[in-house]
Amino acid sequence: MYTISNRLKIGAIVLMVVGALAMAYGFVTMPSTVEEAKEMVAAHGDGHGGSHGAEATHADEGHGVAAESHGEVHDSSHDEHLLQQLRNKPWAALYVAAFFFMMISLGVLAFYAIQRAAQAGWSPLLFRVMEGITAYLVPGGIIVFVILVLSVMHMNHLFVWMDADVVAHDHLLQGKSGYLNPVFFLIRAAIFLGGWILYREYSRKLSLKQDEADDNSNFKLNFRISAAFLVFYLVSESIMSWDWLMSVEPHWFSTLFGWYTFAGMIVSGVTVIAMVTIYLKSKGHLPDVNDSHIHDLAKFMFGFSIFWTYLWFSQFMLIWYSNIPEEVTYFVARIEDYKLPFFGMVAMNFVFPFLILMNSDFKRVNWFVIMAGIIILVGHYIDIFNMIMPSTVGDQWYIGTTEIGAIMFFAGFFIFWVFRALSTVPLQPKRNPFIEESKHFHY
Amino acid sequence: MASKVIHAYYNDDDVLMHAVKKVKTAKHHIEEVYCPFPVHGLDKAMGLAPTRIAITSFMYGCLGLTVAIVMMNYIMIEDWPQDIGGKPSFSYIENMPAFVPIMFELTVFFAAHLMVITFYLRSKLWPFKKAENPDVRTTDDHFVMEIEIHDNEKELKDLLLDTGAVEINVSEKNLH
Repeated sequence: MYTISNRLKIGAIVLMVVGALAMAYGFVTMPSTVEEAKEMVAAHGDGHGGSHGAEATHADEGHGVAAESHGEVHDSSHDEHLLQQLRNKPWAALYVAAFFFMMISLGVLAFYAIQRAAQAGWSPLLFRVMEGITAYLVPGGIIVFVILVLSVMHMNHLFVWMDADVVAHDHLLQGKSGYLNPVFFLIRAAIFLGGWILYREYSRKLSLKQDEADDNSNFKLNFRISAAFLVFYLVSESIMSWDWLMSVEPHWFSTLFGWYTFAGMIVSGVTVIAMVTIYLKSKGHLPDVNDSHIHDLAKFMFGFSIFWTYLWFSQFMLIWYSNIPEEVTYFVARIEDYKLPFFGMVAMNFVFPFLILMNSDFKRVNWFVIMAGIIILVGHYIDIFNMIMPSTVGDQWYIGTTEIGAIMFFAGFFIFWVFRALSTVPLQPKRNPFIEESKHFHY
Repeated sequence: MASKVIHAYYNDDDVLMHAVKKVKTAKHHIEEVYCPFPVHGLDKAMGLAPTRIAITSFMYGCLGLTVAIVMMNYIMIEDWPQDIGGKPSFSYIENMPAFVPIMFELTVFFAAHLMVITFYLRSKLWPFKKAENPDVRTTDDHFVMEIEIHDNEKELKDLLLDTGAVEINVSEKNLH
């Protein structure tokens, strides 16, 4: 039986408190008038001068016709836009971090369901670890839902299509309003979160009941609901990614966006499984988990990293090559204003894990897996950052107090919740029919 | 050089694995084991050096990548530049994304094919090659362990019978 160590608990709480303070600072210093916003940008000084100039020309392109005839109107609308971006900044930081940690537990849930549906023999020893991580889906999902509700209530402007004024002047958004409207949006979010949480809780219950049972009926039922869940997940995850991520840029669309999000989700999830397993092993728990289990998780990290890159590039290359204005703006904004995070993310999510985890022996070296895992997690945070920020804060992005504070808060909360869930039940399933195979798993 | 070898026949891979471990602990050198299918962990039990085919695979992959880069640079940039979709190909780096699929495919192609060819050459397998296995039953349901005899025929026979061999033959063999 694992008990959460005091150091870990205090560490998590400190992360949460410091993160919450940093986020509060971000919200308090948020500009409320156009003058304050302009002052803030000016105070940033020369460092951001260049990129600001780029943004101005970019805005000119967007409002080209209006700007020529109404120079002054354009100036003030630009300032208004700047204010909106700066007011979005803390919200976007909060949303990216909240989504990222929810995404990890959702990715683990999908991986867990695959193991169940495939009746995998190697992984049952890790089921309790996976269930512990998916426990975070309940609070994490609810937090994301609350942020979405606040967006619908116009507390922020993350989702521009929620603004009735914008839609009134936008023919494209009017055409999409049958799908992209606040009520239907929240109904979808509630159904998806409800479905995921329902499966998580029910599968966990069956998993625990199997330990006390005399036959394998719980195991068989778990197998069936996991297969059904995967069908639901495949559809809901895809729609979720359009709703929660892609719709911040409502004019733009990509048909493989759901897959792309899934790839990032599952690689982050497997990485966290590996990291938590290695941590628990280092504390003397999970005695039957051997190097071959870590090796297999590292193989998944390697493989899914390449899968992510494949989808990232498939999305990028087709849009880059066809160069259609309505599509390519997405990447123009990212390459002009987000060059470092945009290409840095490819290095962190592809080049680094590809080279580090290629060698078979390295996949068995625990600290190598941890190091690669940290890079992968940071890389996929930046991936989500690149999805949300360009459309919500434009060139006013910065990874500063608020962003790091949001990461710290949710990391602390995630660690606290996951390890608390891990400490409630024994870490090794007793009566899973494949537990012997898992114990003797050998690569 | 002709020498005497002993052939021990087994009809189960688990029995074979235990036999190999027992023979190795008795400090005998196992010349070869012929199997109808790959037996997991047999190489480790026999004390064979780990395969280096992964290293050759990496090198072939790098070669394929280089070939793709040089080839696309010659075809699309140097020899016959075209303006495709408003992207005039005068610079390799600016057109690089269009070449990535080719770079990827040739990396995989070179790594896969050359690795298979390397494997065949290293295993001394080529068309019309005469089979090396001592008994046709090793292509069906029997495993044969081959051990060279150095005036210890009796001792080896006892040991092998003890490990569960179903048949033991001694024959002359032209080694190498």
